[in-house]
Amino acid sequence: MDLKELKYTKSHEWVKETDDGCLEIGLTDYAQKQLGDLVFVNLPMEGDEVAAGEPFADVESVKAVSDVYSPVTGVVDAVNEELLDAPELINESPYEAWLIRVKDAGEREELMTAKEYEDFVENEG
Amino acid sequence: MKLIFEKSCGGHRLDLLPPCDVPVKSYPDELLRKKTLLLPELSENEISRHYTKLAGRTFGVNDGCYPLGSCTMKYNPKVNETAAALPGFTKIHPLQPESSVQGCLHALKLAETLLCEITGMDRMTFQPAAGAHGEFTGLLLIKAYHEHRGDFGRRKIIVPDSAHGTNPASASMAGFTVVSIPSGPDGCVDLTALKEAVGEDTAGLMLTNPNTVGLFDKNILEITKIVHEAGGLNYYDGANLNAVVGIVRPGDMGFDVVHLNLHKTFSTPHGGGGPGSGPVGCKALLAEFLPGPTVEGDGPYRLETPEHSIGKVKAFYGNFLVVIRALAYILTLGREGIPDAARYAVLHANYMKAELSRDYDMACPGLCMHEFVMCLEELKKQTGVSALDIAKGLLDDGIHPPTMYFPLIVPEALMVEPTETESKETMDEVIRVFRKLKERAVREPEAMHELPLTAAVRRLDEVTAARHPKLKYEAETE
Amino acid sequence: MGSYIATSVQEREEMLASVGVGSLDELFADIPSEVRKKGKWDLPPGRSEMEVLAYMERLASQNQVFRSVFRGAGAYDHYIPQIVKSVVSKEEFLTTYTPYQAEVSQGVLQSIFEYQTMICRLTGMDASNASVYDGASAAAEAAAMCRDRKRNQVLVSATAHPDTIRTIRTYCFGNGMEFLLVPEKDGMTDIEFAAAYSNAQTACLYVQQPNYYGLIEDAGTLGAAVHQAGGKYIMGINPIAAAILKTPRECGADIAVGDGQPLGMPLGYGGPYLGFMACTADLTRKLPGRIAGETVDAKGRRGYVLTLQAREQHIRREKASSNICSNQALCAMTMAVYMAAMGAEGMAQAASLCASKAAYLRNGLKEAGFLPVYGSRPFFHEFVTTSPIPAGEVEKQLEKVGILGGLPLAEDRILWCCTEKNSREDMDELTGLLKKMTERGGGL
Repeated sequence: MDLKELKYTKSHEWVKETDDGCLEIGLTDYAQKQLGDLVFVNLPMEGDEVAAGEPFADVESVKAVSDVYSPVTGVVDAVNEELLDAPELINESPYEAWLIRVKDAGEREELMTAKEYEDFVENEG
Repeated sequence: MKLIFEKSCGGHRLDLLPPCDVPVKSYPDELLRKKTLLLPELSENEISRHYTKLAGRTFGVNDGCYPLGSCTMKYNPKVNETAAALPGFTKIHPLQPESSVQGCLHALKLAETLLCEITGMDRMTFQPAAGAHGEFTGLLLIKAYHEHRGDFGRRKIIVPDSAHGTNPASASMAGFTVVSIPSGPDGCVDLTALKEAVGEDTAGLMLTNPNTVGLFDKNILEITKIVHEAGGLNYYDGANLNAVVGIVRPGDMGFDVVHLNLHKTFSTPHGGGGPGSGPVGCKALLAEFLPGPTVEGDGPYRLETPEHSIGKVKAFYGNFLVVIRALAYILTLGREGIPDAARYAVLHANYMKAELSRDYDMACPGLCMHEFVMCLEELKKQTGVSALDIAKGLLDDGIHPPTMYFPLIVPEALMVEPTETESKETMDEVIRVFRKLKERAVREPEAMHELPLTAAVRRLDEVTAARHPKLKYEAETE
Repeated sequence: MGSYIATSVQEREEMLASVGVGSLDELFADIPSEVRKKGKWDLPPGRSEMEVLAYMERLASQNQVFRSVFRGAGAYDHYIPQIVKSVVSKEEFLTTYTPYQAEVSQGVLQSIFEYQTMICRLTGMDASNASVYDGASAAAEAAAMCRDRKRNQVLVSATAHPDTIRTIRTYCFGNGMEFLLVPEKDGMTDIEFAAAYSNAQTACLYVQQPNYYGLIEDAGTLGAAVHQAGGKYIMGINPIAAAILKTPRECGADIAVGDGQPLGMPLGYGGPYLGFMACTADLTRKLPGRIAGETVDAKGRRGYVLTLQAREQHIRREKASSNICSNQALCAMTMAVYMAAMGAEGMAQAASLCASKAAYLRNGLKEAGFLPVYGSRPFFHEFVTTSPIPAGEVEKQLEKVGILGGLPLAEDRILWCCTEKNSREDMDELTGLLKKMTERGGGL
């Protein structure tokens, strides 16, 4: 996956526009490293509505739980059910392991380019 | 070691019940279970040895120093156990007529009277089975109070960020929204933040005092006043009462409702996680909402449900036999012994803190109450040795680790609470081991990650356990 | 005065010097004087162990221990094997904390893992937690597990134990779930009502088996009714009856709960008991409370840890679905030792003895003029009869001769219970006494 094609949020999600106009959302490599070994992912259901700036899922490590935020408002078109049995995929290949696919995307938060995100992470760390 | 199911080889049994002396009743097939019940088949000797072996892999207060912060692992006196095992208590059915349970009711009334005096409250319920259960109950009293007055807008509970996780969880369960306010580095309430947080939507404040960093919040009267003036009520989390029991009372600090942990302050055993007891005391203004029934009268005693009771939080009257243990403890210590427990708990914590300050950083310098928090952030930066490594290292010397990584506002925290029942000799030994570990952390940090070396198991894989949970035994033949 | 402090005066002074203060009181300098209690504390002086024990014995002696108990209604007088008492009074188990430090807690963790396995086998469910406070709070916690964004209503059968109903109602007052009581019809849950009121808002239906009146509910049909509307089915069961009756799983339950008291815990005037909770695999991560899981250590050795902790309050804080942080570990161990001692055969024997004796007593009572109220319904070890004389009077007369009679439900209704401890002789004595009372119109 070409990371330059992705867009990024300040809460460390990546967003990928698919050919059919949907958006896939996942966690960045930086995020998964901060979270440590993930043991479970709580995903929404297909058809649920998500809102820009609101959490749509949470991810659990052994001793922590963190919300995952949606950068867009829309409807969940699909969830990556593979993650329910193998949350470690997020640790192993974060940019393959999308969490949800959103359709009918409306309002969007301002997103960063790969370069902008890189700088953002550097400043934050 | 083997599981009890793996030890079972079939055919072994105990002979416990007599044969049936009336015609045997049978049920039609459609009512009966289809799946065979598989339980171990063992002799009494085999069962006894199995649990003796498990006991050998369990560390109790009787095995050594247990300085687990915020848990108050004090000695559990034997007379309490004897009292709770009296047939006149154990063989009493909870629904016996009142005339036949006057001893139980008297015991509950006496425990209520004494604990109300100790907390500065007017009434008490013993129904909650644990501290968290008490929090839930106390918050429902606050909810019922506001709603009864027609004030339905008070939906927020203020909780400092240094609080135990149960506080916000209990508030949620009671239907409130949690407003988290920042604490200072000493864990004390930020008065400005509190003033900004209160308002017409404030139902109440939940607070532990001394707080989770082990300090008494000097501004307590002002804090409770701010909440009262905004129309809210103050909830006292009694988790840390052992520091001030018999010295100062939550009721005099401005609290309206309080829960106690009888398994902490009042010496009843923790039992590996329960049964505990979390009685809730309240000022008169909340008494009409208490869970029912409460004990009324002063002999003969009777059970009555308060007029606007929130209902029940549990069947019957609570963990009665735990209350009996606590009552025996209070009667033993009495008016001199109760404050002495607090004085020595605080002395012991300060002694350990003073001694350990030479080698370790403290989250907050100076005097503390019954516990203190060490901050190993700097040590970790310099050596890579974490609070976890030090904690696990203590195990090799027969010392139970302190509470780790709590409170959340202190990085690499170790929270130490020796309690009043540890001897100086024991504490000196713990201090010596802490020093030894510090020296070793500097000298050979890598080796520290391998500790403990002597335990039956070492550093269990919690990630796999949570990713692919295996929560029960399954024989290959099942 | 009794004391458990091990510090001598000399040691105290040494410690004060090390801290750098002159007296114990100086340690409390942070506590402002205006917060301190004015005047004396109204507490009794401390007492010696001998005095305290004598006092507690006197309190205990003011209670009446009945030689013969025919009362259940949520607390049951069963035989407790001696091995049970012996195991759970071991100091290591008694005095240890929650097993967070797995290295020195393998004993308790393994015992919880074994308990969880036994609960799964008893109920037929996939996953069990390490226990909660009691049967009533387990039912309330189970109801909260079933809530989701669209489903907020709890249906509770009126034939459940009144304290369980009240507890669920209180939890609903807290978390805002809507509470709806499913009425009873001839002592049983009204199935038609349950079906009619199960809809897209229904989170769950709670049914007790055997129910408060001792009757065996048509549990499968009730489960199907709520499932049809997409709600979850919670069964509250008696663990002795569970040894022989259809398992909750076989009745279609999603969650099985109950009170463990009958398995090794004394009546103890209502507690401590324990609530067991087990569910189907898909609900595992919604279970509240502690759960022990198997894993391996750094050397590949099998071991146990508290797992799935991210569900719990100390991590999830205000987002946790339950605030529970303790279990009734020692009671869970009690229940596990009981089941190991009894074995499947012993459990079934206890269940059969209970049922047989209840059937025998019911016949005897009939002859004494106390007629079964729900005559044709199948029942386990409890049943309701009429009372030809005021129920309170029956209770009072029996109390005088050391018998705890059935629980008066109304002036002319009594709920009786039998366990393996009621001998034929005791039952014959009871029915003889009642016959006499009926003939005389009260009094003995």
